[in-house]
Amino acid sequence: MPGVGKTTLAHAIATCLGLKFQRTQFTSDLLPADIIGVSVYNRESSRFEFHPGPVFTNVVLADEVNRATPRAQSALLEAMEENQVTTEGETRLLPQPFFVIATQNPSHQIGTFPLPESQLDRFLMRLELGYPDAQAERALLNGTDRRALLASLKPHIGPEDLLQLQREVQQVHVSPALLDYLQALLNHTRQDSAFAHGLSPRAGLALLHGARAWAYMDGRKSVIPEDLQAVLPAVVAHRLSAANGDGGTATGTRLAEQLVQQVAIP
Amino acid sequence: MQIACVHWLYMAQQPISLSKRPITARETFGLGAGFLLAGLAHLLRLPLWLSGLICVIVFWRLYLAHRKTAAPRKWLLVLVALATAGGILLEYRTLLGRDAGVALLVVMLAMKLMETYTQRDGTLLGFLGFFLLVTNFLYSQTIGTALYMLACAWVLITVLIAMQFTGAWPGWYRPAQRAGLLLLQAIPLMLVLFLLFPRIQGPLWGLPHDAHAGLSGLSDNMSPGSLNNLILSDAVAFRASFRGRIPEARALYWRGPVLWDYDGRTWTAPRFVFNAEELPAGEPAIEYTVTLEPHNKRWLFALEFPMQRPPRAVVTRDMQLLSTTLVRNRMRYDMSSHLQSTYGADDSESVLRRALQLPDGYNPRTLRHAQELRRKFSDDRQLVNEVLAGFRNENYVYTLSPPLLGEHAVDEFLFDTRRGFCEHYASSFTFLMRAAGIPARVVTGYQGGQVNPVGDYVLVRQADAHAWTEIWLSGAGWVRIDPTAAVSPARVERGIASALPSSDALPMFVRGDFEFLQRMRLTWDSVTYTWNQWVLGYNPERQRQFLANIGFSDATWQMLAVILFVCAGTAVLLGAMLALRDLRANRSDLVRTAYDHFCRKLARRGLPRNPAEGPMDFAGRAAQWNSQAGQEINAISRDYVALRYGTDATAESIREFKRRIRALNL
Repeated sequence: MPGVGKTTLAHAIATCLGLKFQRTQFTSDLLPADIIGVSVYNRESSRFEFHPGPVFTNVVLADEVNRATPRAQSALLEAMEENQVTTEGETRLLPQPFFVIATQNPSHQIGTFPLPESQLDRFLMRLELGYPDAQAERALLNGTDRRALLASLKPHIGPEDLLQLQREVQQVHVSPALLDYLQALLNHTRQDSAFAHGLSPRAGLALLHGARAWAYMDGRKSVIPEDLQAVLPAVVAHRLSAANGDGGTATGTRLAEQLVQQVAIP
Repeated sequence: MQIACVHWLYMAQQPISLSKRPITARETFGLGAGFLLAGLAHLLRLPLWLSGLICVIVFWRLYLAHRKTAAPRKWLLVLVALATAGGILLEYRTLLGRDAGVALLVVMLAMKLMETYTQRDGTLLGFLGFFLLVTNFLYSQTIGTALYMLACAWVLITVLIAMQFTGAWPGWYRPAQRAGLLLLQAIPLMLVLFLLFPRIQGPLWGLPHDAHAGLSGLSDNMSPGSLNNLILSDAVAFRASFRGRIPEARALYWRGPVLWDYDGRTWTAPRFVFNAEELPAGEPAIEYTVTLEPHNKRWLFALEFPMQRPPRAVVTRDMQLLSTTLVRNRMRYDMSSHLQSTYGADDSESVLRRALQLPDGYNPRTLRHAQELRRKFSDDRQLVNEVLAGFRNENYVYTLSPPLLGEHAVDEFLFDTRRGFCEHYASSFTFLMRAAGIPARVVTGYQGGQVNPVGDYVLVRQADAHAWTEIWLSGAGWVRIDPTAAVSPARVERGIASALPSSDALPMFVRGDFEFLQRMRLTWDSVTYTWNQWVLGYNPERQRQFLANIGFSDATWQMLAVILFVCAGTAVLLGAMLALRDLRANRSDLVRTAYDHFCRKLARRGLPRNPAEGPMDFAGRAAQWNSQAGQEINAISRDYVALRYGTDATAESIREFKRRIRALNL
């Protein structure tokens, strides 16, 4: 759904965290080189020089990612997974921290290449912005231009601080009892016939990372079941599909809610 | 190694619960198969209409499971149950006793299967299956039965385990493997219980009276044809293992009922017998152990003549060994015998007079013949030799298919037909002796037996039944005369098969044909014998022996009970410790138990926790619901979260947590 402020949000996040931000519009004629960069012959120095693509930044916004061909998509997704880019036999590390925000058009629209499950699985979360409520919309309509506001944003922390925070999140304690619950959730999707396929181990790790971060933001030193439940819809909705084949984003959300409802906390 | 029952408990990652969960078609098939297998031996025994009905009920239930159809109406089931109970009452004239009771049990279990629609009922039916299984022992205790029951137990345990699986079905292989593991792990406990459980004389449970119908063996009378039926049976009468060399076949006269009274057709044993004052003494004796199959009479068999009295048995004046009770279970006793001695030289006039009585008006030709003999020979021994020589030389034939005899049976046999077997010869000879004034009587029992080289014991079958004569000679006492031996020496030397013409019918294996089969059969019999000796025959004496061997002599049953409890308790404790190791390793389970208690407390007040509800969410809901206790509920929930999901759970804090929950007042 266009025009709800996805780009603005991504931009705001990057600015607040003091990160570099790049936006790339994915189109059907986008090539991998347009994303990761290209080597150009420099006549003066008589050698090829690498011109880094938009992916060499902290936050990448890949707009309408499913309009590009699978070839272009996979270039981005590989960068996401490996945190590095390999072109012409040379491997270049991406800056740290690095993360990708992608937007997607509804898959029934013409000219889309739906992302396969294996690639969807690489995204940590899927968030839906939806329409703002009446009060927020009023404030929006009354206010000044958003872009101008963005320009006035000051970074609150730097990349180093963010990496430090990430390290601290990893220190949040996870008890065996909580892992029992996480495994029960994963098992349920693998055994219940309502799900077309179960959640991957990567999904389990994503859930745990998400829950740790949630607990950290809540000021706790250990993860509790509510943390898992809080991040679960966002983390798993795009990874689940119904066994009876009815697709769409709503199905994943419904399945995720069902999952939370059905699995008893051990 | 992890204990299988823990696997069982953890299989569903939640404790076993007898839930109302509907059972699946697969579980119904498992239960049906388990039930049919456990009841198979009974189904073959029950009347045809009943077996048919049971099969119909079971397959009806399986069909319903297959079609996923609802249960038939209750009133219909009640009607079928009542009608069947009525049918059993008509068939057996009672609802008690072994046969009627088992019939009722099998049919009611089939009805139970019909109304089994939840996991709880299924589990119950599985356990009832074990009860059904045990009733097989009321009919048979052979190795075959034991193996069959073991297989059934395996199947039943498999089905019970399978019913605990939730989620993906792994196939029958895994539950079967678990069940096998459980059975294997039960072996040490089984051995301890078997060896140490205080034994009582006889089987652990008293069999009902109708359990002993149809046992065959010698009886207290002998009429033409009565031994013939026995000789056609290859059932085992008893087995005897000798300490030392096995005597020759012709010396093996196993003494049984002694028959005194003759009414012209039937020889019968006297109603009352007197105990012997003393047993024959002398050396050397033969020592052996007899394992007697149940025959529902009191006789114990021993070689002539017994020199000792088995426990709980008496020896009569005429040298019969009588048990004080009917022999209804396999019985094992040690004996020693003296092969040569005679006895009863000082028997009183009245005794001898009884051994001379003859019915009036029977067998005139024999009476005349006896008087002629008496005139010719004044010496008793010469007379006996003359008669035996007559048997030997005058064309008498030993056969199992003699011609029918009329009113004067002895006359016709001695002078006309001259064809017969041991009972004819013993009967005629005794009659002739009495007619000649020599006290005589008929002794029945078994003669010879098959030496089983595999187990080195003598196997005596009903086919070895035999009858011979004892006469009383002054100065010597009672002397055994076997007229059959005079006619057919082969009978006493090489057994009945070699004495008979090959046209005579005999049970298949009594004859020595089919050597390979014969050998197989002897081996199998030897295995059975060992089973009888060491498993079925493990009685108080054997137990005492065993305990003495491991260093507990003179163990009383109280002491046994103590040893038993120590051994079994150790085994169970070890198992439990292994099983609980995982539980104990994790303190948070204690916390969880306490928290469950807390949730139950709230649920009783009308605020149940949704199993999928997080503790803090629940605390929030609870605080809204009861703002008064809200603070305490919140504190407890925070404690719970800290203890179960945090890092700082100490024994002290857990105790405090429990105390807080106990103190919570709503």
